[in-house]
Amino acid sequence: MLTPQMIDRLQQAFWDTVLMVSVSAGIAVLVGIPLAVFLVTSGPGGIFPAPRLNRIVGTVVNGFRAVPFIVLLVALIPFTRLVAGTTIGVWAAIVPLAVSATPFFARIAEVSLREVDSGLIEAAQSIGCRRLDIVRHVLLPEALPGIIGGFTITVVTMIGASAMAGAVGAGGLGDVAIRYGYQRFDTTVMLVVIAILILLVSAVQFTGDYAVRRLRAR
Amino acid sequence: MTGLAANLGRRSAVTELAPAAAAATPALRKAGTVRFEALGKSYASSAGQVQALAGIDLDIRAGEIFGIIGRSGAGKSSLLRTINRLERPSTGRVLVDGEDIAALDEAGLVALRRRVGMVFQHFNLLSAKTVRGNVALPLRVAGLPGGEIARRVDQALELVGLTGKGDTYPSRLSGGQKQRVGIARALVSRPEILLCDEATSALDPETTVSILRLLRNINRRLGLTVVLITHEMSVIREICDRVVVLEAGRIAEQGPVWQVFGAPNHAATQALLQPLQHGLPEDLVQRLRDKRHGAGDETLVELSFLGRNAPDLGQLAAVTGQGAGRGRLRLVSSQLERIQGHSIGKLLVALGPGVAPEALAPLADQTRILGYVDASDD
Repeated sequence: MLTPQMIDRLQQAFWDTVLMVSVSAGIAVLVGIPLAVFLVTSGPGGIFPAPRLNRIVGTVVNGFRAVPFIVLLVALIPFTRLVAGTTIGVWAAIVPLAVSATPFFARIAEVSLREVDSGLIEAAQSIGCRRLDIVRHVLLPEALPGIIGGFTITVVTMIGASAMAGAVGAGGLGDVAIRYGYQRFDTTVMLVVIAILILLVSAVQFTGDYAVRRLRAR
Repeated sequence: MTGLAANLGRRSAVTELAPAAAAATPALRKAGTVRFEALGKSYASSAGQVQALAGIDLDIRAGEIFGIIGRSGAGKSSLLRTINRLERPSTGRVLVDGEDIAALDEAGLVALRRRVGMVFQHFNLLSAKTVRGNVALPLRVAGLPGGEIARRVDQALELVGLTGKGDTYPSRLSGGQKQRVGIARALVSRPEILLCDEATSALDPETTVSILRLLRNINRRLGLTVVLITHEMSVIREICDRVVVLEAGRIAEQGPVWQVFGAPNHAATQALLQPLQHGLPEDLVQRLRDKRHGAGDETLVELSFLGRNAPDLGQLAAVTGQGAGRGRLRLVSSQLERIQGHSIGKLLVALGPGVAPEALAPLADQTRILGYVDASDD
């Protein structure tokens, strides 16, 4: 059914997907969490109030979230060239993936951070916590289960979005499914790819859920 | 009676522990005063400007347990929160140990808050940290070395009776245990003042008593000032030295607890005291008449004790003399408490015919004839 070349190709595609998603997810965490903390703490009544800047950043985040990924992929080409030094291949796909995932994840993390009981912040203030102490010891640890749940959703969404990365020649599982399954009517390859994607998404979801359960159980 | 014992215990404990406490922390006994000067607080709300507090002038003394009571919305929480500047007053000043706290920058504020511990109604413990992690946090953010932190956390946990619970997460604790963690966290920085924001309102009656006992114990042993707010007069009666009653953001009355309990002047105080008082028994209400009917009627007299006279049963029996008939002096009901060494409350007595109610007047702080009942019904 599957030729050895096809198996090789699928293997390559699998690792391309894993690479694209994990690097851009890493960037989404590194940028998205500080962004989420900023959005929560800089609002009116927050611990670092800066309402004007908060509104501006909020609008920019919404702007990025409004653009469909496939459009972002093309629109960001100059920026991608600047950052990755190329506009094709896996690294060229990572830039738009990260740019798309960061605001998405930031908004989800923001919701979890907002749900931290204001009484806890007040208690932290009352014991002499400075504002950065509050972020470090109260906001982030208390919101962690929600943030991890949100991160799981982000990764799953990115696995889906990475299918479009084939448009810049990045390869990956989605690309194989489109080229062989859709364009060449090779149903077997498409079904195999879908099965791999289901397994991959299930593994991500299971790991995320497990981590959240462990944290919530204390 | 328990109040009496506790009060006696308190005096001796203070004198015994004072030298030790003074040696450990020399400044502790003198520090811990709070002064409010013409304090006012107003909020902008959708309904316009709301005056939460107005014209508050108060002095809280070092080492006392000071109660702030009022109905919900009276402004007590706002008032308490101005002491560690969780809320800023709109007008007037708050002085902690003589220092105006309005001018403090972040560093000054952090230093102030290490001298003023706070305990919350809903405990406000961090769910992601163990008991030990919660109690250690004030010291960690203050940058103390690990060994010192461990030692002081152990001390604090021992003080609140939670030794051995250090590695548990708060969600596994009962309400009373959670509040003990909250108290340990507030005390671990060795503050001079402890603020309690409805610290027992979320607890059942039994746990409330144990937490109040703990607070009194801490006040006694460490000599720190405790400022607590509550809407329950029983909490005030249990542990406070002095009390202020707030009504609609203003001071309705203030004074030593026994005085405010004995002779509440303000309608708000009387309303707050209502749950602690029994009315006239229902059967008597139905039989009570305004005028004497038969020769055998008894006079129902209410003797109020406001803390000046102590009820002397021997004297009562003596002044009612050798009146004729059954029940020349019957005790119908009594509600007396000893608060800070003063007898506060009421005795309801029925006097047989031939006993002049006026004879009782010198024996109580107030006497009132409620009416007459036919003794033959009993």
